[in-house]
Amino acid sequence: MAEISDVFFVDGMRTPFGRAGEKGMYWNTRADDLVVKAIIAVLERNPAIPKDRIDEVAVAATTQQGDQGLTLGRTTAILAGLPQSVPGFAIDRMCAGAMTSVTTLGSGIGFGAYDLALAGGVEHMGRHPLGAGADPNPRFLTEKLVSPDALDMGVTAERLHDRFPALTKERADRFGMRSQHRTQAAYEAGKLQPDLVPVAVKDASGAWGIANDDEGRRPETTMEGLASLRTPFRAHGRVTAGTASPLTDGATMSLLAGAAAAKEFDLKPKMRMVSFAFSGVEPEVMGLGPVPATEKALRKAGLRIGDIGLFEINEAFAVQVLAFLEHFGIADDDARVNQWGGAIAIGHPLAASGVRLMIQLAAQFAERPDVRYGLTTMCVGLGQGGSVIWENPHYDGKKR
Amino acid sequence: MTHYDAIDFTPLAALSGDDEVVTHSLVRDVALPSGRVLALITLDNGRDHTRPNTFGPGTLTELDAVLTTLAARAAAGEIHAVGITGKQYILAAGADLSDVSRVPSREVAKLVAQQGHFVLGKLGTLGIPSFAFVNGLALGGGLEIALHSTYRTVDASAAAIALPEVFLGLIPGWGGAYLLPNLIGIENALEVIVSNPLQQNRTLRPEKAFELGIMDAIFPASNYLEDSLRWADGVLGGNIKVNRKNEPGKIERLTKWPIAIKMARGMLESRIGTVPRSPYVALELLEAARGGTPAQGFAREDDALAELIVGDQFAASMYAFDLVQKRAKRPVGAPDKSLAKRVTKVGIIGAGLMASQFALLFLRRLQVPVILTDLDQARIDKGLAYIRDEIGTLERKGRLDGDTANRLRALVHGTTDKGEFADCDFVIEAVFEEVSVKQQVFGEIEPIIAPDAIMATNTSSLSVEEIGAKLQHPERLVGFHFFNPVAVMPLIEIVRTSRSNDAALATAFVVAKNLGKNAVLTADAPGFVVNRLLAKVMGEAAHAIDVGTPLLTVEKAYAPIGLPMTPFQLIDLVGWKVAAHVQDTMAASFPERFFSSENFHRLAELTDVVEKDKAGRVTGWTKQAQKVLSVGKSPLSEAEILRRVQDGLAQEIRIMLDEGVVPEVEDIDLCLILGAGWPFIDGGASPYLDREGASERVFGGAFHTPPIAGIDARA
Repeated sequence: MAEISDVFFVDGMRTPFGRAGEKGMYWNTRADDLVVKAIIAVLERNPAIPKDRIDEVAVAATTQQGDQGLTLGRTTAILAGLPQSVPGFAIDRMCAGAMTSVTTLGSGIGFGAYDLALAGGVEHMGRHPLGAGADPNPRFLTEKLVSPDALDMGVTAERLHDRFPALTKERADRFGMRSQHRTQAAYEAGKLQPDLVPVAVKDASGAWGIANDDEGRRPETTMEGLASLRTPFRAHGRVTAGTASPLTDGATMSLLAGAAAAKEFDLKPKMRMVSFAFSGVEPEVMGLGPVPATEKALRKAGLRIGDIGLFEINEAFAVQVLAFLEHFGIADDDARVNQWGGAIAIGHPLAASGVRLMIQLAAQFAERPDVRYGLTTMCVGLGQGGSVIWENPHYDGKKR
Repeated sequence: MTHYDAIDFTPLAALSGDDEVVTHSLVRDVALPSGRVLALITLDNGRDHTRPNTFGPGTLTELDAVLTTLAARAAAGEIHAVGITGKQYILAAGADLSDVSRVPSREVAKLVAQQGHFVLGKLGTLGIPSFAFVNGLALGGGLEIALHSTYRTVDASAAAIALPEVFLGLIPGWGGAYLLPNLIGIENALEVIVSNPLQQNRTLRPEKAFELGIMDAIFPASNYLEDSLRWADGVLGGNIKVNRKNEPGKIERLTKWPIAIKMARGMLESRIGTVPRSPYVALELLEAARGGTPAQGFAREDDALAELIVGDQFAASMYAFDLVQKRAKRPVGAPDKSLAKRVTKVGIIGAGLMASQFALLFLRRLQVPVILTDLDQARIDKGLAYIRDEIGTLERKGRLDGDTANRLRALVHGTTDKGEFADCDFVIEAVFEEVSVKQQVFGEIEPIIAPDAIMATNTSSLSVEEIGAKLQHPERLVGFHFFNPVAVMPLIEIVRTSRSNDAALATAFVVAKNLGKNAVLTADAPGFVVNRLLAKVMGEAAHAIDVGTPLLTVEKAYAPIGLPMTPFQLIDLVGWKVAAHVQDTMAASFPERFFSSENFHRLAELTDVVEKDKAGRVTGWTKQAQKVLSVGKSPLSEAEILRRVQDGLAQEIRIMLDEGVVPEVEDIDLCLILGAGWPFIDGGASPYLDREGASERVFGGAFHTPPIAGIDARA
């Protein structure tokens, strides 16, 4: 009989995120190899775990073809040197791919089907631009099932500005700039680097080098500079490259465990899963997704928004974060929210990002024993949101 | 001491001109976890893995400039280490041999050696540590670049690591002969530099290179460069200590070293004789590497390499290497492979040892049903038992997995019912060497098989055309002549009769290739290529005995040719009966040039003919043999025998070319190298015969113009 178990986020690591495209550092690196580096890194950091005890490997990717095809969870497990007895599969929920890897395998752990599992995601947007090779059913448009705007993420962000006129371009710009500055400060304080695995990369000339840091950061960002950027999604619009996450290549991987396995291998889990939820919204304002998803997750957990001490919300677009904060009555610059910056500065390799949020929340938990609960949440293309609420094992009940 | 920086290397640039495929030295700074900076050089010639990185003069000049810049940056404190690695799968395959073989003079040859020392040596004198990250294939100069570095790591999936110079008639002359024994000890270095190249040019697996101490660390391919860089950072920071357990100590230098050299020399002399130069030059360098400074070692290598580059043996080796690497892969005269018939089932007539060896090879390589037949079920069962035993052995050794072994066992079948041959696409016979017998078995099979099924005979000396004389479709018959042992020897002579059609020949070539063999097309002439010339070698030995020459005089007389076996070792191996038979056949065809030896026929009746020592050397006749021998009273001297063999071979080869047995002398040399193991340093036979003057003596010319010879001889 399978036994209901607590679900722990034991550890997580990721590759540095690269700028997508020919000039990006991963242009000559395969997507599956990025996953392999992350798997190896997370297992190396947890050497007590016998590799044959991993019960499942789930790897998410949005565009599952080429070097992101062929059942990534299985192929990357073999490539990373896991025993052939370890199974794996691929997963897709667009931007919430890695988050869904975690919730799916976490559910399996909770049910007692798995003891230990690897959950992550990858997106090489240079090799696989969003929507490449997709063939949307014409019924979406002929039957007006979704607005034509729903398929272009930047346009959905413009639609959010339309819906909430109070969310001005100036507020979005300021949020975008703050993300860059916060990430830079986190870098300077060495907050992010411990969870990055260096990746050997080859440049166009054939020279080997190493990717140590996230490539897309722009710490020099100013309001003036942002104001001058063009608005590619709409003439005289509000969304710019400065308030959107850049196209990114990267992979993430987490190690999950049930209570028995954590005890057996004397693991020190970084987070305990409290609840999760996914929820749908109108596709043309997909950025609103985190709102209903979070409400649902809070309800399942029996918590209120005020119980959440740290937020990691994916910054697909500044306006989408602002809409979430506005809904819950949280200030744009609240210190609890994305305190080390977010996807606008770090990048957003679609199906990889969910675990990046968890890695950063886990690192913050370790520093903040006064915080009991944290939230990772993100919006998803075609109108979804996903939220996972986590408990801090370091929580000591003392106010800071 | 050589002042390499004072040498003018510009004459080297003229060797390749604009033809050199330059391997570029690309540099990127890499930040290590500690914050130290490692300048990483990537060697990349911009081609894919089928054209490995090589070192020509242009490559070395560029690397020199890069290392000079890095030394300056090191002095300025900008970088803390230098790393060097290669393009995907390949560090480097060593010196660009096409340049080396174009060297015009001994002086320039020496420059080749000196430029290697000059540039590669800088990796050891940067003022900061250097790390070679051996990410893949590292041969010759490719490995020497690592040996000059302060530290080395290796990718566990690297294809091969070796110093193969001795195989080609050279020595590791860019530091390898000095550096390697001083890194891993003399015995290990002897294995890598001398023994391995002489054993079919054996190379090291990465794990073995690590065990020997050539590499300081080994990492899996999945994270090789990342792990290597992290390791390098640990070494730089002092948290990783590099332990070189095989580095020779004082005692090894004083005692073990000279003994190991002496033993190696003794082994070499008994195994390969003293004709090949390079193994002994390597031995001298290794001996001297026991003491002195690296600079002295490098200077010795400069002289040694220059001497070998301008010698006859290197020229012949390069010729032979080219034949084996290129000509063997594109057989001259083979019809287009699109004409080949698909082979989905193989029939073998005969179930004796030869037939069983065929069956095993066809099974393993083609993985199609193989059917054997013979006169009765008992013979067939014996053959099948042999095949199943061999499959079992391969399975036990892990060379076949269980499923594949089962598959092969299920694919082989033996029957006396020839009706089961009906759907064979390729039928080969290995029955008694007698025309009438072969005609009979083919006659029985032909009505059963499809009219376009290919028929092949493994005859070694009979006329293929005659074997097919009674066939209804003789156009589908070809000769398909293997060499013993079938699994090992890489040659198949494919024999075309006047009637063989292109489909049959094309099929034979495709089958040979799929069997993992190199095929050479020959005419239907007695003994084809290899046996005709071996008959000459054996026949001259028989003649020398017949006229009264002592056995050991004959044995010694052949030594300067450098053949893999003495004549009587060879005869003893092929069997005295076979040898006598071959002589008869050849003498019947060419009575003016071959001898039938009565002595051979008498000796063939004995169980033991010659005495041998532990090393397999022939030491004399057995008592039985002495009783039956009847010899003349005009013994030949060693010199006379050698000249007769040389002249006899030159004459026979000339005649074979005139008869059109093969189109060119290159094909004869290729056959001798692949089918009989004739040495690279002779280029098979013809370069040797030219340089010894045999060609000139016999037909007043040469097989090769300009001659395939060292610079001194060419001048």
